[in-house]
Amino acid sequence: MSLFNLFGRPSFNHGIHPPSNKTVTGKTPIRRLPFPGMLVIPLNQHIGKPAIPIVRKGDEVVRGQPVAKADGFVSVPIHAPATGRIKGIELMPTALGKNAPSILLEVYEGATQEVLWGEEQTIGDMSDEALRQAIQDSGMVGLGGAAFPSHVKLTIPEDKSVDTLVVNGCECEPYLSCDHRMMLEHPRALMRGIRYAMRATGTQQAVIGIEDNKMDAVETLRANLPRDGSISVEAVETKYPQGSEKMLIKSLLGREVPAGGIPSEIGVVVNNVGTLAALGQLLPKGEGLIERVITVAGPGVKQPGNYLVPLGTPIGFVLDQVGYEGSQTEFILGGPMMGPAVSALDTPVTKGTSGLLVLNEPDIESETLRIWPCIRCARCVDACPMHLNPSHLGQLAAKRKYETMAEEFHLNDCFECGSCSYVCPSNIPLVQYFRIAKAINREQAA
Amino acid sequence: MKKSKSQIELRTTPHTHAAGDVVKIMRNVVYALLPIAGFAIWQFGLSALALLITVTLSCLLTERFFNWMGSGYNSLGDWSATITGILLALTLPPAFPLWMGAVAGIAAIALGKALFGGLGMNVLNPALVGRAFVQAAFPVAITTWTPAFFDGRFSQFAPSTLALPFLRPPSVDHWIELLQVDAFSGATPLALYKFEGIQTDTVELLTGMTTGSAGETSALLILVCGLYLAFRRMLDWRIPLTVMGGVALTSALLSLFDPERAPDTVFMLFSGGLMLGAWFMASDMVGSPVTPLGILIYGLLIGSLTVVIRVYGGLTEGVMYAILLGNAATPLIEQITQPRVFGQRASK
Ligand code: SF4
Ligand code: SF4
Repeated sequence: MSLFNLFGRPSFNHGIHPPSNKTVTGKTPIRRLPFPGMLVIPLNQHIGKPAIPIVRKGDEVVRGQPVAKADGFVSVPIHAPATGRIKGIELMPTALGKNAPSILLEVYEGATQEVLWGEEQTIGDMSDEALRQAIQDSGMVGLGGAAFPSHVKLTIPEDKSVDTLVVNGCECEPYLSCDHRMMLEHPRALMRGIRYAMRATGTQQAVIGIEDNKMDAVETLRANLPRDGSISVEAVETKYPQGSEKMLIKSLLGREVPAGGIPSEIGVVVNNVGTLAALGQLLPKGEGLIERVITVAGPGVKQPGNYLVPLGTPIGFVLDQVGYEGSQTEFILGGPMMGPAVSALDTPVTKGTSGLLVLNEPDIESETLRIWPCIRCARCVDACPMHLNPSHLGQLAAKRKYETMAEEFHLNDCFECGSCSYVCPSNIPLVQYFRIAKAINREQAA
Repeated sequence: MKKSKSQIELRTTPHTHAAGDVVKIMRNVVYALLPIAGFAIWQFGLSALALLITVTLSCLLTERFFNWMGSGYNSLGDWSATITGILLALTLPPAFPLWMGAVAGIAAIALGKALFGGLGMNVLNPALVGRAFVQAAFPVAITTWTPAFFDGRFSQFAPSTLALPFLRPPSVDHWIELLQVDAFSGATPLALYKFEGIQTDTVELLTGMTTGSAGETSALLILVCGLYLAFRRMLDWRIPLTVMGGVALTSALLSLFDPERAPDTVFMLFSGGLMLGAWFMASDMVGSPVTPLGILIYGLLIGSLTVVIRVYGGLTEGVMYAILLGNAATPLIEQITQPRVFGQRASK
């Protein structure tokens, strides 16, 4: 289908077009949610080593004060989202299903929204080294969902050099629109964040890629571009998974990240718009990441929208605020294509939570349909953005040939985007098969 | 936190799914075949109707029998046996003895499908397996053609239709004489072309005013029904297109190298079972490759084999064998056409 690229917007090959379901939330401004009575703050909200708590039970903390410090380079500190008292450090449920050590913070009644910690800093005066340190100190991670520490991503290894910063404003998952709102409401902060990221990585140019269903964001950002031409905005085709790093790089720059590799190998570093906008807001004030915008949506939600939520807010509290209904319900953290379903309503919103979806039985019905044999319709092959052969992989998985899957059919290039399962008319849970196959291969390698 | 009354579902990603599943696809294929079957009945009358019903029922019963032998689970609901039945009936001569039609149906499902393990596992197209079986078993009956649009076709059966099992069916020659159809030669356009060098008029081929199997005669109708499916994305348009491309290409090549015997491209495309084969049998998902390059090779292979068999083979019609060969070659084709994975450095 690459021929169509000549006429349409830049894009990658394959992919799918699920209904976007963003119209309502994309149009409503971000609103702030009140503090819950208790915040649950997991120490491992990021990829890497969990943070080390620096407070003890009974301590009083103010909004913005660090409560845990980074444990080494691939780790970030955590700051108190509200003024209150530490109730303890306990094992609590998380989005990943496993319980993890979390700081319990009892929020004082009438606690202020004002951030009471942090010192203004002039970024221009900092060395690049100090800038990266400041980014780590802010506790920033990829807010698109990966939650990878930003300062690590923005530190380019000595032996590599990158020439382009790709700023990911695609938000290709259905329902989610928090990045969209950030672009519309905080374009200047985003531009600041992009500058910081360019300095930290030593890149001379930045490209913001936005799906063409958000032309208002494209226009807003174009109006806010610096005059020197170092930053540009590009509308790309609305297609899932346009927002995956590899696909967006391909769409914008025509470069392919080598299989098994990372973008810096081809001179690119990718950051999400939400992350950079938050960085642009926090760094000058010397504050830490204590709240984030999440999209709360889905047919079961009474007041869908984008909400600014203190980190550690239990999803049950969020749902009580927005109202929801439905008897057989599924709660998803993130988007419907890749976000995990959670069972515990005291699971907290963390740095990597981009959305909270409530799907009711009619919407999830298709998943309960029976699984038919693969009829070799080739839809999955035409959908897979990695150009794998999910049909064949699925058949191998059914025969438990997990090693062949990895060695001959590139199983490890699958990033579990879900496009294949989405289109499969036989309702074969291909992604689930692949996850299991990978897990078993990992286990056997260990 | 209220809401303990509700049930919380925990499911795996993705949490949403495209509309449409196997049953819907299959059901739409049935819808698309109905006008073609209807036309066959209008054209050939009661005999064609009885044949369609018999063959389809035979397929369904055989499928049910294997359900019962195997998992016990009822797979009639997926419509695939229905499709096989209708397609098979459409490839048979309209006055084909009913009992032979039943045998064809049994062979199609038993040998073409159940033997391989049911839906999705079959290598060959079941309808064509059934057709190949009766072609070998009843060589005379399968080449006995009857005229279309004769008067009284809705009030009487062709004498061969009701032949008793295991007996030689009565000859239809006398019956056809009595019908007093003008200029009925008893030969299909392809046979006329092959053995007598007569090329049937294109308009007649398009509209189905010719002799042939119950459902292969109206190329135009088949094209329209196929396009309907393609537009509804229930059929991979790449396959019929490449098959037809293969036919055109091979005819063109032949006219360069062997102009004496080279066929006319348009005639090749619109005669015999090519349209039905290209749109409804070669495109059967189960027997065709899933890789993009594989689909191209598969289609071209079937197209060119069809022409080669028609021109050089001993048979008048090559579509069936071409598709069966294409089906058989599919695993190999797929093996050599695995897509280049994203980020893989150019293949060695
Ligand atoms: S989940 Fe994996 S195999 Fe399926 S479409 Fe995405 S990358 Fe391809
Ligand atoms: S989409 Fe499903 S049925 Fe179709 S080829 Fe892929 S796995 Fe098979």
